[in-house]
Amino acid sequence: MGAPVHGLTAKTQTSLEEVKRNTKRHRRHLLGNSISRYYFLFSILALCLVLGLVIVFIGKTALLLFTRISPQDFFFSFNWTPEEEAFGAAAFIVNTLSLTALTLVIAVPISVGMAVLCAEIAPNWLKSFIRPVLDLLVGIPSIVYGYLGLTVLLPFLRRVSGEGLGDGLLAAALVLALMVLPTICRISDDAIVAVPRKYRDAAYALGSTRLQVIMRIVLPAASRGIISAVILGMTRAVGETMAVVMVIGNTPQLAKSLFAPTSVLTSNIVMQISNVEFDSTWNYSLHMMAFLLLLISFVLILIIRLLGRKRRDA
Amino acid sequence: MNGFTRTRHTARAQRRNKLATIGFYTLGVLVMLLIFWLLFTILSKGLPSLRLDFLLKQPEEIDPGGGIGPVLFNSFYILFISLLISVPIGIGAGIYMAEYAPDNAFTGALRICVESLSSVPSIVFGLLGLAIFAEYFGVGLTILGGGVSLALLNLPMLARVTEEAVRAVPGEIREAGYALGMTKFHVIRKVVVPVALPAIVTGVCLVAGRAFGESAVIILTAGLSTSGEMWDFNLFSPGETLAVHLWYVQSEAIVEDARQIADKSAAVLVFVVLLINFMFRFPLWLGNRRRGR
Repeated sequence: MGAPVHGLTAKTQTSLEEVKRNTKRHRRHLLGNSISRYYFLFSILALCLVLGLVIVFIGKTALLLFTRISPQDFFFSFNWTPEEEAFGAAAFIVNTLSLTALTLVIAVPISVGMAVLCAEIAPNWLKSFIRPVLDLLVGIPSIVYGYLGLTVLLPFLRRVSGEGLGDGLLAAALVLALMVLPTICRISDDAIVAVPRKYRDAAYALGSTRLQVIMRIVLPAASRGIISAVILGMTRAVGETMAVVMVIGNTPQLAKSLFAPTSVLTSNIVMQISNVEFDSTWNYSLHMMAFLLLLISFVLILIIRLLGRKRRDA
Repeated sequence: MNGFTRTRHTARAQRRNKLATIGFYTLGVLVMLLIFWLLFTILSKGLPSLRLDFLLKQPEEIDPGGGIGPVLFNSFYILFISLLISVPIGIGAGIYMAEYAPDNAFTGALRICVESLSSVPSIVFGLLGLAIFAEYFGVGLTILGGGVSLALLNLPMLARVTEEAVRAVPGEIREAGYALGMTKFHVIRKVVVPVALPAIVTGVCLVAGRAFGESAVIILTAGLSTSGEMWDFNLFSPGETLAVHLWYVQSEAIVEDARQIADKSAAVLVFVVLLINFMFRFPLWLGNRRRGR
């Protein structure tokens, strides 16, 4: 008789212990739940802090420049001879803009063409081949692009053009075009795939050929996405440093031809920053150039956001 | 004229359509060929003459025959430090944006922050690292400075890939977890993250590959020299990486075989980046295949 009762009490005891353990575990879960929430919030705020650090540290040093020289001297003078206290950055600004423009002129038709091929024309097996291969291109380090530009592209350009050196805007633009190609292509690809199928069906029902559907329906419908892709490519082209440094010639002058050795904002910063004193006008003006790069990329991101918002409204 | 007869107009449209299709395919073939030719050029120039002692030896300043031992080590060491810092924070930030962020103005501001940060040129992060470590703390060009600056560069990309991966997890799975009485964090830890893990790992590999080849940041924060020892774990010694060494060798070195060293370094660099991209993704891909997805 005694054995079952004993067994029963033992069981009740364990279940009481279990309840206690479960309560503890429950508390622990609740605690973990609230702590983790703060941890995740902390992480995202850390990201914002980094952005703040970038703006403050670069901006602080950059603005010191205007205690030494006037903004006109910096932005509108083409004379960059730091040894004689002349800090005109206009040449670098114009070169950066023209290099970006030239890069896009080369890269946009090719990348959008590839995106159309990937999204509209190619059969599935080819799509699943092209997309990973384009990702390979993203993986190659920029310094290797620069090195290839230096050892393969420059000799080739010299032979073709008959110029003595071959480095300059054209070489840099070709290298950059290859680097931004996967960026523009993949995002345009997504934009084209996102165009609703019924648009295409309607156009085919009217008797359009595939080319007509692509040119008159799909590309216009995906245009905002494609423009966003192009602008993202631009941010990459504007900020790229090492690949450009190796093929552009690094001579601080305005690029008067495609083959003149020249210099852009990024390449000038990386070539000169290690030789300057911290408290010098030279250092301040290099920081001002970095700040300009920062501003340019922020403006481009803002444009992408505006485009995205309008697309959602429409 | 009804719609079924072939007029001159439709004939021209069909001809153009065919030409354009051929044109698109030609473009595709050319670009693919270009990419494979590039990879082939890089790897074929360097890999055949690659010997193990080149990977382990000290770089030489004057005599030919130098290796890349310390710089290769520094590359991995700096990559490790940067991932150690950026992965927990980046993944945390991504999870916040996907799981916690309410749909309000504050979240909008956070999103602008992440996007702006991901558009900041790498050279600017280099200047930031220089300002913080060399000027503010006065420790000069160090491995630690390089690792931390690289981590800052990685953060926004990690946050973005994590957010996308977590968003792609179906809502029903989460609801099943909540129905069992799990707390939000428990659902994230036991349900959401395991499901999103393959995509997160892929993203981390892409980021790691990019960080391994990054040079602009490292030149400004870790410098153009090494401490001269092979296994130097000291965080405060100068930390030239392989990517920077490639730049140094082709632009400033005076050794006779600079060209060969540069070729081999470039090949090793690309090889390791491809390896990082594939090594971790391959088991995941295999697992997906086995599960029949």
